[in-house]
Amino acid sequence: MSLRRFVLRRGLAVVPVLFGVSAVTFGLFHLTPGDPVSQVVALNPDVSAAEEARLRERWGLSGPVWRQYLEWLSNVLVGDFGREIRTGRAVSAVVWRRVPETLVLGLFGWVFAVAIAIPTGIYAAVNKGEIGDLASRVLALSGVSIPNFWLGLLLILVFSLRLGLFPVLPPSRLPLYHPETLRYLLLPGVTIGTAAAATLTRVMRTSMAEELNEEYVTAARARGLPERTVVFKHVLRNSLVSVVTLAAALTAGIVAGSVVVESVFNWPGLGSEFVQAIDRREINVVMAITLVTAVCVVLANFLADVLYAVLDPRIRYD
Amino acid sequence: MTALLEVEDLTARFDTDEGIVTAVDGLSYRVEAGETFGVVGESGAGKSVAARAVLGLIDDPGRIERGEVRFKGEDLLSMDESELRSVRGDRIALVFQDARAALNPVYTVGEQIAETVEHHLECDPEVARDRTIRLLDRVGIPDADARYSDYPHELSGGMCQRATIAMALSCEPDLIVADEPTSALDVTVEARILDLLADLTDEFGVAVQLVSHDLGVIAGTCDRAMVMYAGEAVETAAIEELYYDPKHPYTAGLMSAIPRVGDGRDRLPTIPGTTPDPIDVPSGCRFHPRCPFAEEACTRRNPSLVDPETGEPATIGTDRAAACLEYTDGLEGGLDYSVEIDGATGEHAERGGDCDG
Repeated sequence: MSLRRFVLRRGLAVVPVLFGVSAVTFGLFHLTPGDPVSQVVALNPDVSAAEEARLRERWGLSGPVWRQYLEWLSNVLVGDFGREIRTGRAVSAVVWRRVPETLVLGLFGWVFAVAIAIPTGIYAAVNKGEIGDLASRVLALSGVSIPNFWLGLLLILVFSLRLGLFPVLPPSRLPLYHPETLRYLLLPGVTIGTAAAATLTRVMRTSMAEELNEEYVTAARARGLPERTVVFKHVLRNSLVSVVTLAAALTAGIVAGSVVVESVFNWPGLGSEFVQAIDRREINVVMAITLVTAVCVVLANFLADVLYAVLDPRIRYD
Repeated sequence: MTALLEVEDLTARFDTDEGIVTAVDGLSYRVEAGETFGVVGESGAGKSVAARAVLGLIDDPGRIERGEVRFKGEDLLSMDESELRSVRGDRIALVFQDARAALNPVYTVGEQIAETVEHHLECDPEVARDRTIRLLDRVGIPDADARYSDYPHELSGGMCQRATIAMALSCEPDLIVADEPTSALDVTVEARILDLLADLTDEFGVAVQLVSHDLGVIAGTCDRAMVMYAGEAVETAAIEELYYDPKHPYTAGLMSAIPRVGDGRDRLPTIPGTTPDPIDVPSGCRFHPRCPFAEEACTRRNPSLVDPETGEPATIGTDRAAACLEYTDGLEGGLDYSVEIDGATGEHAERGGDCDG
């Protein structure tokens, strides 16, 4: 099967995934007590019960959950994500403005994780059982164990407050492509990427160490190839398959991490918006962010599938 | 005069959880330029370890304890890595048992051969490519031009082995160490690969150290052979002598276990027992627990290789050597066996069975 057909088929497979994700999120959201109207009204004792019901009617919050879902769905299918109930702003505008912020932060964290993990994993596998390997193991274990909100607070405390190296607050009006942004990105990026780096390091090490035992490695050495070629050309490509799988899966972790990390660092991205939207029971915002996130995760896994075939000729999509 | 390859007192150990395994113990042999030298023995006799040790390819937890591997008079084991690398693949090439496993699955067969050529001959990629295609064609891979871009999984086992032979020959080495090159193949393919190997070694004038557990393979292809048992050499001889006039009881046992065409035996004789536990080898002669002629002295003294005619200690240049106390001290009962050769002409069968049990 050609790559194009594969892409097409995978593209179609996204549809049921998005349906599932939206239905589950919508359902779960209605299990939480309160809705946007009760949030607004709770502050105002002058609003009568009749007015409250009218507000619900207007915002499509009355009726059974399934009808509300279908209504939301039919709007989304024609590109209408609804409005924020509290402010009346279009949800799509709110979300779109924040997408690049989170994308930049997530990508930075992801690149940081890969940049740390691959060299460290290779080093640990090649020097298996030696001090460097043990050190990487301890670091990786700490990396997975440290909760990211704690790590974020710690980094702010040390590098921003004590050492004064980084600003505490994110760029208020700086465009994202401004070089200065990198300085603001560093702490949240590291925070978001640490756990991923730790997991990836371990997988890289294991996978590489396994490949190093293969006969083709001995054969490559027996052909007189320098160790550098053996490791970086022959072994690395074989060990990357499992790393790619995990790197794609970690995208979900990074997206989830952004919710916490953006709150800690006051980063104006989807994550912090998401938290606020949940607080205010802004169902339309929550749903839109969920969809964007789901698309990102599906896309990452799809890229991983394509990469497999590039890395390993034995993998063909038929 | 020095032989092409002289291995002296080679000892390789492996640290395992159960204890130290001496896989190869004080092994000495030589391979002359252009000859095919067989190394035969049961699984676990240390044949493969000996083969890899020639190129210093013993990985953790193994190590080469002592000994010399002199190639054209120079000790490979005392060379540094980069000197050793210039010998590997260029002057001495290794052919593996499982050819497909010895090829990297993510690069094409042609790329891997050309890579070796480019590395050692320091030539342009196009030159290496042309040479590779010619080699693939020479080892009998049809449509070599197209096969160049095939991945190992797209070739059959026999074709993979042909490709690795092409790879071994690619830099016109002086010696090919072939570690059970046909054991993973079926019998008809095996015969063709062995023929190919014999043709090519003649054509390229390359010496071969052929490791096999299959006496038939050794008989069909080798000029001289060494029999290994539990990490030691027990007999070395020219191939006819080894088959028709074995001097060591173990060799004699192996020979009688070969099925020969036209013999009337219902059951093949076997050597009783199994190879010894490599961690806890028997005292004295390692073969004594299985030897029908073993006497008390055999349990105490481990015989070294001697010339069976004179009883003089064998050197690397000795053509005929066996390690049995009979030839130095004389066993009380002597060695009482005869090798029967079927047929009036005294010809033995071309192919035998294997002694792997």
